Amino acid sequence: MGKRSVIPYGPQHPVLPEPIHLDLVLEDEKIVDVLPSIGFIHRGLEKLTEKRDFNQMVYVTERVCGICSFGHGYGYCDTVEHIMNIEVPDRAKFLRTIWFELSRLHSHLLWAGLMADAFGFENLFYQCWRVREKVLDVIELTTGGRVIFSVNKVGGVLKDITPEMQKAILEMLDYVEKETKVLEKTFMNDYTVQSRMKGVGVLTKEQAHALGCAGPFARASGIATDMRMRGYAAYGELDMEPIISNDGDCYGRCEVRIGEIYQSIDLIRQAIDKLPDGELAAVVKGNPNGEYFMRIEQPRGEADYYIKGNGTPNLDRMRVRTPTFANLAGLCEVLKGADYADVGILAVTIDPCISCTER
Amino acid sequence: MAVMTFAGAALKNFFSKPVTTKYPAEPAEYKERTRGHIEISIDDCIGCGMCTRCCPCGTLSIDKIKGTWTINRFDCIACGFCVEKCPKKCLTMVAGYQTPDGEKETVTYTKSPEVLEAEAKQREEMAKKAAEAKKAAEAKKAAEAAKAAEEKKPEG
Ligand code: SF4
Ligand code: SF4
Repeated sequence: MGKRSVIPYGPQHPVLPEPIHLDLVLEDEKIVDVLPSIGFIHRGLEKLTEKRDFNQMVYVTERVCGICSFGHGYGYCDTVEHIMNIEVPDRAKFLRTIWFELSRLHSHLLWAGLMADAFGFENLFYQCWRVREKVLDVIELTTGGRVIFSVNKVGGVLKDITPEMQKAILEMLDYVEKETKVLEKTFMNDYTVQSRMKGVGVLTKEQAHALGCAGPFARASGIATDMRMRGYAAYGELDMEPIISNDGDCYGRCEVRIGEIYQSIDLIRQAIDKLPDGELAAVVKGNPNGEYFMRIEQPRGEADYYIKGNGTPNLDRMRVRTPTFANLAGLCEVLKGADYADVGILAVTIDPCISCTER
Repeated sequence: MAVMTFAGAALKNFFSKPVTTKYPAEPAEYKERTRGHIEISIDDCIGCGMCTRCCPCGTLSIDKIKGTWTINRFDCIACGFCVEKCPKKCLTMVAGYQTPDGEKETVTYTKSPEVLEAEAKQREEMAKKAAEAKKAAEAKKAAEAAKAAEEKKPEG
């Protein structure tokens, strides 16, 4: 047995722009144990329900995360709508689906860039983010914000996607599809890239199951879990299959996410094709009274919302469980036995969002 | 497995124009819906206070008598909730972001003197009317009381 040493990693680290701290127990160059600690970016957003009414909370929940912001706003609204028995108009459901998939598209492209950066391929990183910029442009065109959409409200949506905007979205999708094919070639086939990803950080299906992993991280280990299959919003009316890989390593996770970029493109095309006419929002009367639990699929995995209302404008309790929280246990598992040099890549492969996790 | 898969893209980047713009030398392009900052056409405001009550950040304050509307632009998250709630539709979300500063300053908008004068006059008139109505009601009450007293007398 070699000499053991403990190396601190984070909360500020050049590879990982997220404030997580890991105490890595090393034996020579191999990691034998990991102790994660979080709590550097807690903002108390759940507690704010006591001061803000349930309509204002839409804007607070949107700010839980800067990347899956739309999903959080949507999850919150949908939960409150279920408590209040509000029937959301069909058009609003489809618009929400389009925006949700746009946010997944930009999140996955962001992840691809960060991944390239983690293994030191700066040029590829720029390329990914340049493609992502086109998605952000379309998001700004349709919602007015680049990352914070602010188009959801309890009962429906605030803005419409006009036919010109639909055209802009479709043009953007063509561009992103074309460019992703170029990126895919490098991510999936390049010798240098593969030497950093193949066989690194393998998580078996059993392990992923036992540790309760979520999202693309679990799907890369062969678990076909995708909350979109529940058919919330308009997903029930669109054709989709969860994308899985059986490798369980970094390569598999990359494969799943790139597959999901194409899947999102396809879902947006379907949704625009089937977009029905009608109202944008239903009328909301009264205050939420009751409780509801909702599961949705964020770009990073399954997010859960629990809301309890008491008949007043202020909610009793709001609880958000984000996908990164579920995936941290899996991260610690894959880190054990890995090389010290791979810590950065492995931390990025779960697509961590620590500010989501701590809210 | 292949090598140099990125060479094509790299070469293309080498000979194409930069995708970034030289901001601020070149002005930024904003979309029509861009949520930059809030503007108010203050003379249309009726001082109902809807916007101050709905703002999630407590950024706004109004003074109905003085005819002012105050915003702390550094606290505003440009969510657009106030724009949606304003019954007179006098708030608008326009492009252009708040420039950074060392201190959080508030901006106060005041109604134009003519509108303020007209409003003051209106208030005075309303107060007068209310006072008159009150007087009339009191006189009516007194008359009724006197009548009731009169009716009671013969019995006693
Ligand atoms: S945009 Fe939002 S934060 Fe800004 S003043 Fe209006 S309600 Fe308040
Ligand atoms: S909601 Fe509109 S009309 Fe009412 S106080 Fe605010 S700006 Fe004025």
